[in-house]
Amino acid sequence: MDILFLTLPLALILALIFIGIFIYSVKLGQYDDLDTPSYKMLLDDEKDKTKNELKGKDL
Amino acid sequence: MSESNQKMETFSYDDKIVKMFASVTLLWGVVGMLVGLIIASQLADWRMNFGIEWLTFGRLRPLHTNAVIFAFVGNSIFAGIYYSLQRLCKARLFNDTLSKIHFWGWQLIIVAAAITLPMGYTTSKEYAELEWPIDIAIAVVWVIFAINFFGTLWRRREKHIYVSIWFYIATILTVALLHIVNSLEFPVSLMKSYPIFAGVQDAMVQWWYGHNAVAFFLTTPVLGLMYYFVPKAINRPIYSYRLSIVHFWSLIFIYIWAGPHHLLYTALPDWAQTLGMIFSLMLWAPSWGGMINGLLTLRGAWDRVRREPILKFFVTALTFYGMSTFEGPLLSIKSVSALGHYTDWIIGHVHSGGIGWNYFLAAGITYYMVPRLWKTELYSVKLGNIQFWTGTIGLGLYYVSMVVAGITQGLMWQAVDANGALVYPDFVETVTKILPLYWVRLVGGLLVFASMLIMVYNMIKTIRGAKKEDQVEEVFKAPAPTWKSSKNKDQDQGHRKLEGMTATFSVLALIAVLVGTAIEFIPAFMSNNFIKISKDVKPYTPLELAGRDIYIREGCYTCHSQMIRPMANEKLRYGKVSEATEFIYDRPFQWGSRRIGPDLAREGGKRPNFWHYRHMIDPREMTPGSIMPEYSWLTRKKTGYAILPKKLKVMAALGVPYSQDDIDNAIVNAKKQAAEITKEMESSGVEMKVQDKQIIALIAYLQRLGTDLGGQE
Repeated sequence: MDILFLTLPLALILALIFIGIFIYSVKLGQYDDLDTPSYKMLLDDEKDKTKNELKGKDL
Repeated sequence: MSESNQKMETFSYDDKIVKMFASVTLLWGVVGMLVGLIIASQLADWRMNFGIEWLTFGRLRPLHTNAVIFAFVGNSIFAGIYYSLQRLCKARLFNDTLSKIHFWGWQLIIVAAAITLPMGYTTSKEYAELEWPIDIAIAVVWVIFAINFFGTLWRRREKHIYVSIWFYIATILTVALLHIVNSLEFPVSLMKSYPIFAGVQDAMVQWWYGHNAVAFFLTTPVLGLMYYFVPKAINRPIYSYRLSIVHFWSLIFIYIWAGPHHLLYTALPDWAQTLGMIFSLMLWAPSWGGMINGLLTLRGAWDRVRREPILKFFVTALTFYGMSTFEGPLLSIKSVSALGHYTDWIIGHVHSGGIGWNYFLAAGITYYMVPRLWKTELYSVKLGNIQFWTGTIGLGLYYVSMVVAGITQGLMWQAVDANGALVYPDFVETVTKILPLYWVRLVGGLLVFASMLIMVYNMIKTIRGAKKEDQVEEVFKAPAPTWKSSKNKDQDQGHRKLEGMTATFSVLALIAVLVGTAIEFIPAFMSNNFIKISKDVKPYTPLELAGRDIYIREGCYTCHSQMIRPMANEKLRYGKVSEATEFIYDRPFQWGSRRIGPDLAREGGKRPNFWHYRHMIDPREMTPGSIMPEYSWLTRKKTGYAILPKKLKVMAALGVPYSQDDIDNAIVNAKKQAAEITKEMESSGVEMKVQDKQIIALIAYLQRLGTDLGGQE
């Protein structure tokens, strides 16, 4: 059962890393706005018309 | 921030690599499911390996699981991640060359698996069967994927990291950790290794890995894809962004603990089992939160599900995700596990997740991506609907037949009459009873396979319909990222940055503390072992070790467990309950996860050598009705004596008490024991010339099983 002393700390470390990233991302403002991100991902990318040879065809 | 002086940047997406990954997803989907069909047919009719050793259930079952998990779902994940990541970041993939190395490296690993697994090169650890050189290749390719992924994130033009990307990050980090820890092994030769953990420890690590392979390979990345492709397909935002955050963080935090639910009632200490069970039950909440979030995204648009195959696939995938994540915790309750473990119920459960969730979601994103990638129209919506219904009916047949088979067999194993005797003492009775259900499962599997072929046809026709001149990279534009530059930041931002760094520092400090604790604790507890080590348990003899490696090579563990659980019926059927100390020299452990045949933990001494000899050549001669294949090549192939000293040496290095004398005399001792076994069978008509054949080594191993602590109470 020695392995528990490897896997349990590993699991804990992993969990703490995730919690750490979570706290970090909250503090960075990642979750300040809970509305626009879900809409923003729906918007299609803006095409650079001058550089595209395709003529205004919306894909 | 003011947007007055926003600079625009132009960029294009690397969709070629997405096309490549999407194409091989279809190829490996067909291959993986075909292998599944072959092994399903072998359980219905044992002759379906055609007497060929490379095609037995024991060798092909790992190929099936590896192919569908890592080749089919794996490539679909890579395709979906590379497609959505670029668009969510408004940035091209970090490096085109790394993308190509990732692609070709992964395909080479798959080909290597398809060659080595049928040849019998296996570590016997479920979903991690590939031998050490391939393990290293997997780690390298995964790191390349990670660099490419994080590099793209680094170059993103969108400050906000959408929830999908969080799921991808968790996947990349955790899979790396799981793979590396579970693959810690010591090479014996180019294609053979022994794990550094033994017995109970090996089991613990394996199922920590095994369960989280499901969690972080088949669930989290696919959830990330769901969060991108479902809203995109329906053009509505995800039901609740807030719920998705709760879903993500709670899911990844809880999942990692649940592994021991694969080892309930085994020799694993009780407290570890209970921990695994409790965390599994807790998983109900985040899993269903995710399912609800996905399904409610469709609110008010359900009429479109009737028309569009993509949405049909997504809705069904989410429903099956909900069902299998309900069933999983249910099966993790100890008393339910007592019935369901080792039966086909588990097989039904994994296929409801594997086909219902993974295949259908992969199908949905394929239908979404392929026409967009090749800038064309879908060839046939009707074929998409036919595929959906064929697959769904197939899965229904598969799932129902397996759950019925599992519960039937589980109840038959448990049945004890008023006198305290087993109602079905012959194991084979419990197998022949469910044979008709194996045929039903085969039909279900055929339908699922047919549905896959329909998709391949539909996609080939779609791609053929694309115009060549359309296959150019388009140029997009987006504002240059302003939030990244550290110059001229105002006070607020500086403070924010500091806050961020504080968090980082705290995490680093915590990790440091934990690592320190672990480093102090591990040696302290090493000397004060959990397992009561019995002096009666001795290392395997060289011949037994050779036999054990043949047992591993043939994949015997795919049908036979070596773990008698503490239950009255198991004691009656198999003998004394297994104890942790009995496995201290087992590298790798062979507890198994399914009893298609009986448990072998106390097989030693139960039957004469000659019985095993005849049984390997023709199982039905000894056990009428048996569905085990014939292993006649064991009587023709020679035991590999030459490598035995090396094997013992590696084992000794890993802590098995073999003396230098044992190592030096390994070959002599092995040959001596082989001669004794053969001599014992001579009177029954076995010729002495088979003494150097593999069947003798295997018999030596089987006769040793469970004898150290005695078969009887």
